Amino acid sequence: MPEPIELKLDHRMDLPDQEDLLDRMAQGVISTPMDRPEGPLKVSGTASYADEDHPPGTAYGWFVRANIAKGWVTGLNTKELQTMPGVLAVIRDDRMIRNPAQGGDAKSPHQGPAEIFYKGQPIALVVAETFEQARDAGLAARAEYKDSSHKAVILPAQAKYEEPRSKQSSQGNLDRAMKKAAFSVDVEYDTPSMSHAAMEPHAAVAWWEDGRLTLRGSYQMLNSNAQELADALGVSVKKVRILSRYVGGGFGSKLGIGHEGVGAAIAAQKLGRPVAIALHRRQVFEATHRRSETRQRVRLCCDADGHLTGIGHEAWVSNLPGEDFSEPVTQATSFTWAGENREIGHYIGRLNLTGAGSMRAPGEAVGVPVTDAAMDELSEAAGIDPVEFRLRNIPETDPSTGKPFSSNRLADCIRIGAERFGWSERPKVPGSRREGEWLIGFGMSAIIRVNMLGDSTARVTLRPDGTALVETDMTDIGTGSYSVLTQIAAEMLGLPPERVTTVLGDSDLPPSIGSGGSRGAASSGSSVMLAARALRGKLAERMGCDEEELTLKDGTVIAGNRQRDLADVLAGDSLQGTGTIRKGKAEDGHRQSSWGAEFCEVAVSSVTGEVHVRRLSGVFAAGRILNAKTARSQCMGGMIFGIGQALHEEVFHDARDGSFMNRDLAEYHVPVNLDVPHMDIELLMDDRDPFANPMQAKGIGELALCGTAGAIVNAIANATGHRFRSFPVTLDKVLEKLG
Amino acid sequence: MDVTLTVNGTPHVLEIDDPRVSLLDALRQRLDLTGTKKGCDHGQCGACTVIVNGRRINSCLTLAVMHEGDEITTIEGIGTPGDLAPLQQAFIRHDGFQCGYCTPGQIMSATAMLEELRQGWPSQVTGDLGSPALSDDEIRERMSGNLCRCSCYPNIVDAIREVAGKAAEGAA
Repeated sequence: MPEPIELKLDHRMDLPDQEDLLDRMAQGVISTPMDRPEGPLKVSGTASYADEDHPPGTAYGWFVRANIAKGWVTGLNTKELQTMPGVLAVIRDDRMIRNPAQGGDAKSPHQGPAEIFYKGQPIALVVAETFEQARDAGLAARAEYKDSSHKAVILPAQAKYEEPRSKQSSQGNLDRAMKKAAFSVDVEYDTPSMSHAAMEPHAAVAWWEDGRLTLRGSYQMLNSNAQELADALGVSVKKVRILSRYVGGGFGSKLGIGHEGVGAAIAAQKLGRPVAIALHRRQVFEATHRRSETRQRVRLCCDADGHLTGIGHEAWVSNLPGEDFSEPVTQATSFTWAGENREIGHYIGRLNLTGAGSMRAPGEAVGVPVTDAAMDELSEAAGIDPVEFRLRNIPETDPSTGKPFSSNRLADCIRIGAERFGWSERPKVPGSRREGEWLIGFGMSAIIRVNMLGDSTARVTLRPDGTALVETDMTDIGTGSYSVLTQIAAEMLGLPPERVTTVLGDSDLPPSIGSGGSRGAASSGSSVMLAARALRGKLAERMGCDEEELTLKDGTVIAGNRQRDLADVLAGDSLQGTGTIRKGKAEDGHRQSSWGAEFCEVAVSSVTGEVHVRRLSGVFAAGRILNAKTARSQCMGGMIFGIGQALHEEVFHDARDGSFMNRDLAEYHVPVNLDVPHMDIELLMDDRDPFANPMQAKGIGELALCGTAGAIVNAIANATGHRFRSFPVTLDKVLEKLG
Repeated sequence: MDVTLTVNGTPHVLEIDDPRVSLLDALRQRLDLTGTKKGCDHGQCGACTVIVNGRRINSCLTLAVMHEGDEITTIEGIGTPGDLAPLQQAFIRHDGFQCGYCTPGQIMSATAMLEELRQGWPSQVTGDLGSPALSDDEIRERMSGNLCRCSCYPNIVDAIREVAGKAAEGAA
């Protein structure tokens, strides 16, 4: 193939988009519910995940982990382990990490396996010829410790909380507003430690060739992951390549490089052969990240007409010493509801527990359900219908900053959702509707998730035969990246999607922001759009017209009354466009968020305390929807994640040493098929947000989770007449109140 | 010791020198049939579901050496990317998966489950034990051993119901 003709288009998002370019294209494939192009591979078991396609000669690793919560490792029965069958090495290397990197760190997390900060922390790695031998030797490991567990801080109640000044804010006088208000609530809620529980355990296969590392891993953000891994190993980032073609779920647990990646790379280097490490499910629970538990105090007050006059939201969260991340619980509180008197508090406790990291929608996932449940309590106190109460309190502008919203569709989502759900049939008096042993109730919640953009680059190549190749290091963790990037390129280049091939998940490809924070599709998608636009410019030049006059459809190039086959116009050339989108000033002047509303009907057994979610429906506005099918599935997944949060999911930490008492999928309960009803999901297909990016699309992957649990507890309150302020609402808590 | 497994119709003689090798690891590491997934290695998630002698089992909970002479069907034996079975096609059409990791197990489980239903096996939610009908709740209950953290459950039910419905029409 001849050298491609290279073209470039960079765009910094400083001004709102005025072109709405995708709406002017002719192919008609964007936004359609196209099937996932990788579907045939996934349903036939031929899509290849991290712990597969092992190179010949692969050895297997198993982590030895600390069984104290704090102290130092002073010895290990290494000699004994080395004599066990098949054992190749027992590795304790200063480059090993304490906990996985946080999303976007781009540098190594805390290193050194000798000092122990939490029970279950990897302290050594056993490598053997087979998986069974490595596991056996790993389980036979006995460490000696200098044990300072007596100084470990396990329970949040024992922790000293930091109060970082930048995370506190105050406007007006909330105390005075609370005193003067016609109605007020001052309530405390708590949410437990939770676990991502992606179906694919964290795994990595590493091998070195000519001083360069290749690592098959299960990661979400390859550009920063390669930097984290290189930094941990002490090598140049050019010496590291990470492959994550398919990722078996992430939910934030694979945002940063983890033990398996660093450990496999070190072991492969020492042994001079490939090494595979797949974390055992227990290790996934205890040695990756968790979502921090939260304690939240919410104060709300309103006048006699139900207009909010004050809102206070304080959150107590935790993490390991020295970790920058803390669950940003109050993130959406600053702008969702009106009220001139406002207080935000954010306090971070340092615990000797498995580190806390981002789990699907860090912040809003636990913050919105709680503020929304408190809103529900206040609406009840004020005697105003919960839908009407929320509609009265949607602010005109961001009440914390005075900045306008880029777009605010919250009221539309609430109104449309209420209508579709049949909200008018809601039991007016809590605890009044009964079907035999079952108490029936309706609840709703506003759904809020901030919108972000991340710097991303992609390469799109038009080949002489009129097919296109899309390449970026973006990942598809089930979110639909393969689908939407294919559709964007197909739309921009006027090609049927079958003529577009999308290659992702290779850190050698142009860097994207990766999958995290619901930025992936909009950011990497914008870079693909820009790359394709650069190609359109070249095609227009060859047709002797302006790009605006160019129509591309079904592999033909049309300018005015001239129509040519794309392959003719290419005339044997390959055109390679590189597109880059960068964050800019557009996000400074306006508050950006995705919006939604969810409605729920529950049945609560007065005999067993069981809560059944009978109906769950949602309406969502997230700018342009890139693929109606994958977007709907993301919303469905988020809502079901919320069912788990409301009713099932809780990590129980042993109060003595912090270990996970439920560290597997039988004891940590995620929703199963029978827990889930059919769902009504409506996407506002006409929504656009010109401030977000050139595609006018916003984040949707996390959105639907951000409030679901609120809708469910509000429905439980309507069914039973009792408020439940401790998540999850398990049978024991229900029975205690029902008597 | 040598163990003969007939996998997707093809006999394989495996030299299993370690009795601790699970059927799952034998399939994945010795036969390179990595369509069968390891999610928990504990029989809790269903990602490793295969059909052995006509019944679905969690292949992580059984040892390879226990399956001398057994007939094993894995996802690779259900259909290939170029020649997909109706259930596989329906999973694509209804978006019955996202990350795809639990998907082979879901499809294996669904395949066996429809046969169980056809043979009249009752379940926890069956009202009339004599004749369980193909309802959404029957599908949900019988598929509840297969976790999907992306949570495509309603789409999985739609996919299974469509295929089962068509099969029933064909039979009638």
